[in-house]
Amino acid sequence: MTAMIDITNAEKTFTMHLQGGVELPVVRGVSFHVAPGECVVLSGPSGAGKSSILKMIFGNYRCDGGRIGIRHQGTVIDLATAEPRQVLSVRRSTIGYVSQFLRAVPRVATIDVVAEPLIVNGIARAEAREQAGTLLRRLNIPERLWALPPSTFSGGEQQRVNIARGFISDLPILLLDEPTASLDAANRAVVVELIDQNKRQGVAMVAIVHDDEIRHLIADRIVDVTSFASAA
Amino acid sequence: MAEQTLDDQPLLVAENLGKTYGKLIACRDVSFALYPGEVLAVVGESGSGKSTLLQLLSAQLAPSAGSVSYRMRDGVLRDLAALGEAERRFLFRTDWGFVHQDPAQGLRMAVSAGANVGERLMAVGWNHYGRIRDTASSWLERVEIDTDRIDDAPRTYSGGMRQRLQIARNLVTEPRLVFMDEPTGGLDVSVQARLLDLMRNLVSELGLAAIVVTHDLAVARLLSHRVMVMKGGRVIETGLTDQVLDDPREPYTQLLVSSILPA
Repeated sequence: MTAMIDITNAEKTFTMHLQGGVELPVVRGVSFHVAPGECVVLSGPSGAGKSSILKMIFGNYRCDGGRIGIRHQGTVIDLATAEPRQVLSVRRSTIGYVSQFLRAVPRVATIDVVAEPLIVNGIARAEAREQAGTLLRRLNIPERLWALPPSTFSGGEQQRVNIARGFISDLPILLLDEPTASLDAANRAVVVELIDQNKRQGVAMVAIVHDDEIRHLIADRIVDVTSFASAA
Repeated sequence: MAEQTLDDQPLLVAENLGKTYGKLIACRDVSFALYPGEVLAVVGESGSGKSTLLQLLSAQLAPSAGSVSYRMRDGVLRDLAALGEAERRFLFRTDWGFVHQDPAQGLRMAVSAGANVGERLMAVGWNHYGRIRDTASSWLERVEIDTDRIDDAPRTYSGGMRQRLQIARNLVTEPRLVFMDEPTGGLDVSVQARLLDLMRNLVSELGLAAIVVTHDLAVARLLSHRVMVMKGGRVIETGLTDQVLDDPREPYTQLLVSSILPA
């Protein structure tokens, strides 16, 4: 089997030096894999380490042990030990990430925030903007807002900009951290559609969703994170 | 493919770099490789050795230990200490840029903005006045300076405009590497955001490599791919910028990150 993501015994502990060196175990023994076209949903109570696992797969949190195998440009890279340059290359052409909150750059127009991942991969600005517009329209962001920076938008609007930015590139892996949390029913349905479309295109996805109904609609498999929680 | 193999080779390599002033250690054991198109931020409090490091890397200061090598345009990696005068001049005038915190150090304050930009072109052999002026004026536009101001001297400019002019002056020769020393340091916050966004776009459009010294972690987050944290003249932590800032390991880095005031 050629998994896109293959995690074995990954673990993460925070050492809080400012709090007298307290060790805060987050997860231990994280092992699961994700096939192309599959959406794995991480479940477990808040604080169980779901977002931390996503961040480890994105290379945002360092991994203290184990292995995070990612299929990248025909070979497998272990993100737990990869060089920064390799992680950047993986992010450019293999893994997309829709974070819980949009980290907006001041002054950049919404349409450009969404188009950026395409431009970085060498697609012409005009075409990237056109695709960005199509997605923004689909996510019900009115055209008069496209030229404004998203920092002035409501929480739900920012989240939809974030989703558009995450879905615009056809990267083979997509990580989704609560993509529907602050959305109304109509926009939740659009996200479910986008996820379905990705599955048909063979994208491997790992998602965190608290909404039972959405989880039911998108999950091919559920991985219970509670078993990885390493707190005593 | 040829381009890709070139990108796979480092542009600048520092090995065990150190500088001492008598007994005082300004900087020691710094080793890293910078690749084409990569932006590295050097962060740390004042006195941590980051400005000394920048001067060593840009050959403005001779190291007491170790070496800095740079890949010249012919593809050969050369030790900076062994370069001839003509090669050094080529680096300073063409292939490198240096953006100072205080624009007055990087500009000639009494000559026109157009001449400030054009001067770097004349230094590399441009001699057609019309072409120099056109290029200067297109660079003023790129850094969002009204071209009506091309004949005014930078001493009549605001702080933010001066800093943008300094950037234009540096980038006009299409350098491959730009050193920046606290580029947003002297500016107020609204001006900083505009400048950062501008630098971010220029760096990615031109595929520039850059080494940015800053004590402002927000600047590092916005501009850089990788970060080195310095303390007491040593590099104490290094990695992807978002990794170091979101998951800092060293006590000092944790202190730096936790000291950011929420906006």
